[in-house]
Amino acid sequence: MNSLYYQKRLSRNIGDKFFTSLSVICALIAILPLIFLVTYILIKGGSQITPELFTLEPNPPGDDLDAGGINPALIGTLIITTIASIIAIPVGVGGGIYLAEYSKGGAFSRFIRFGVNVLAGVPSIIAGVFIYALIVSTKILFGSMYSGLAGGMALSILMLPTVIKTTDEGLKLVPNELRYASLGVGASMYTTILKVTLPSAFRSIATGVVLGIARAAGETAPLIFTALFSYYYITGFGDLFYEMGSLAVLIYNFALEPYDAQNKLAWAASFILVLSILSVNIFSRILAAFTEKTKRV
Amino acid sequence: MEEKLTLFKNRKRFGIEKNIDIIFKNTALVFSSFVAIILLGIILVVFFQSFESFSRYGLKFLVTSEWNPVKDEYGAFTAIYGTLVTSFLSLLITIPLGVGTAIFITEDFVPKVFREIIGSFVELLAAIPSVVLGLWAIFVMEPFFRAFFVFLHNFFGWIPLFSTEPTGRNSLLAILILVVMLLPIVTSIARDSLNQVPKKLRNAAYGIGASRWKTIFSVILPAALSGIMAGVLLALGRAMGETMAVTMIIGNSNAFSWSLLSPGYTISSMLANQFGEADGSQVSSLFYAAFVLMILSLVVNIFAQWLVKKFSLKY
Repeated sequence: MNSLYYQKRLSRNIGDKFFTSLSVICALIAILPLIFLVTYILIKGGSQITPELFTLEPNPPGDDLDAGGINPALIGTLIITTIASIIAIPVGVGGGIYLAEYSKGGAFSRFIRFGVNVLAGVPSIIAGVFIYALIVSTKILFGSMYSGLAGGMALSILMLPTVIKTTDEGLKLVPNELRYASLGVGASMYTTILKVTLPSAFRSIATGVVLGIARAAGETAPLIFTALFSYYYITGFGDLFYEMGSLAVLIYNFALEPYDAQNKLAWAASFILVLSILSVNIFSRILAAFTEKTKRV
Repeated sequence: MEEKLTLFKNRKRFGIEKNIDIIFKNTALVFSSFVAIILLGIILVVFFQSFESFSRYGLKFLVTSEWNPVKDEYGAFTAIYGTLVTSFLSLLITIPLGVGTAIFITEDFVPKVFREIIGSFVELLAAIPSVVLGLWAIFVMEPFFRAFFVFLHNFFGWIPLFSTEPTGRNSLLAILILVVMLLPIVTSIARDSLNQVPKKLRNAAYGIGASRWKTIFSVILPAALSGIMAGVLLALGRAMGETMAVTMIIGNSNAFSWSLLSPGYTISSMLANQFGEADGSQVSSLFYAAFVLMILSLVVNIFAQWLVKKFSLKY
């Protein structure tokens, strides 16, 4: 008689309630530790930040109560990611241009797209192993073994798939009318790409590239036996050919030290790394959402 | 695509412009083939470096767990076993949690604003470097779980998986930190594929009287299955290759044990630990282990791509 009303005791309604609460529990289990993790890193790391941190060399681990600073690692991370970007961005953007603008969807471009996906899935430590075999152990770079340059190359392998993918996808979204218009005023293919299609896809490509750089900045595995680590200030261009520290490797090395002072330095370095990576991510997300709303073409 | 290409013809252009155009195109072609060169280069270099060890131990390398630089005896069974066990068990925990979370943020249980905040928060977590997660695991997770592990050992010690006395770092902690790393991947990919299921399907199911969860289980999840599976496989590949967080927390011991509460090894943590100081035939053996890892992750990745292509939504 009451069948038109919601009946709590029906097995389907009980089952629904059960699964709904189950998914809420899943979400809570998944999200609470994550929130806890981020706040812990930010609070614990943030409390270790001092001005000297940015200017001093780290002291070698020992009974020293004062661990020093992370200046060489900070500069090293900047240098190594810059080297990786210098290699990966032109190659990646060029490759993406080929895939999106020139390829005719034949076997070659399908193979390259497949290769991009496979390369994106290659474990990051394999990139380190590869560069070790190719550059570090052969001393091919003017006789230097472990070097910041080798580290940058290892990171560029990890950045390359991201850059190609975002360029390819960004260019594919540019409407064909723009290309026709460019052709109509007599432009050749390369003028069209450089002056019309690339600029109109610039924002989406830039977002993807920046996210790729942020990811590379936090990578450790490819660096531990290519760039190794260094305690000393980076003073000149020649230091590129020697061992170079980085924030990520500093965290790894100092987290495993038994001394409290070194551990604190690792927390401070994590704070800087996480804060900069998260802010780059949030910023590019906001920018992407903003672009979505104000898209002209 | 093809139409636009045939429109650009160089026939009537001047020499210089024509040449620049050709150079530009070929540079782009060369750059795109770098991907193939690097990929093949990685496979070939790692293979040839491991050749010495490969010809010496053959497939025995995969099933023995002696790793003794002094006697020059190498076998990677412990590391291979550790890689497979940590990645599969962590995936086993991650799949229900991740898919459950994805369902939670694609259904309308809470207002859209909250769901979007949760969704983008989960995605942000994928950006946290694994070395930082390792640091967190050492100083926060390990003390937090210590009592629980003792409890596990005391009450379930008769199961081989929990048969060793927990002392600090162990494989179970590595599995748990992998869960934290994989959750964002599985959740965000599952969310995307659930969102892509057409609304029509849901409305049709509601229309014939299916309840919400009947709809989810019989209509929406099957429709999104290929995407979710691909996400799971990508996560599996990531778990196998994950180095830093695992290396920092797994304890790095080559002694084989069935127990998850004893220190273990994975291929990538073995590489991270030993590569810097290795020489002689140890290097070759490490390359052999790296080759095994690469093949494992290549197979998983290629299978994932095949799956996406084969079972992608056909609506």
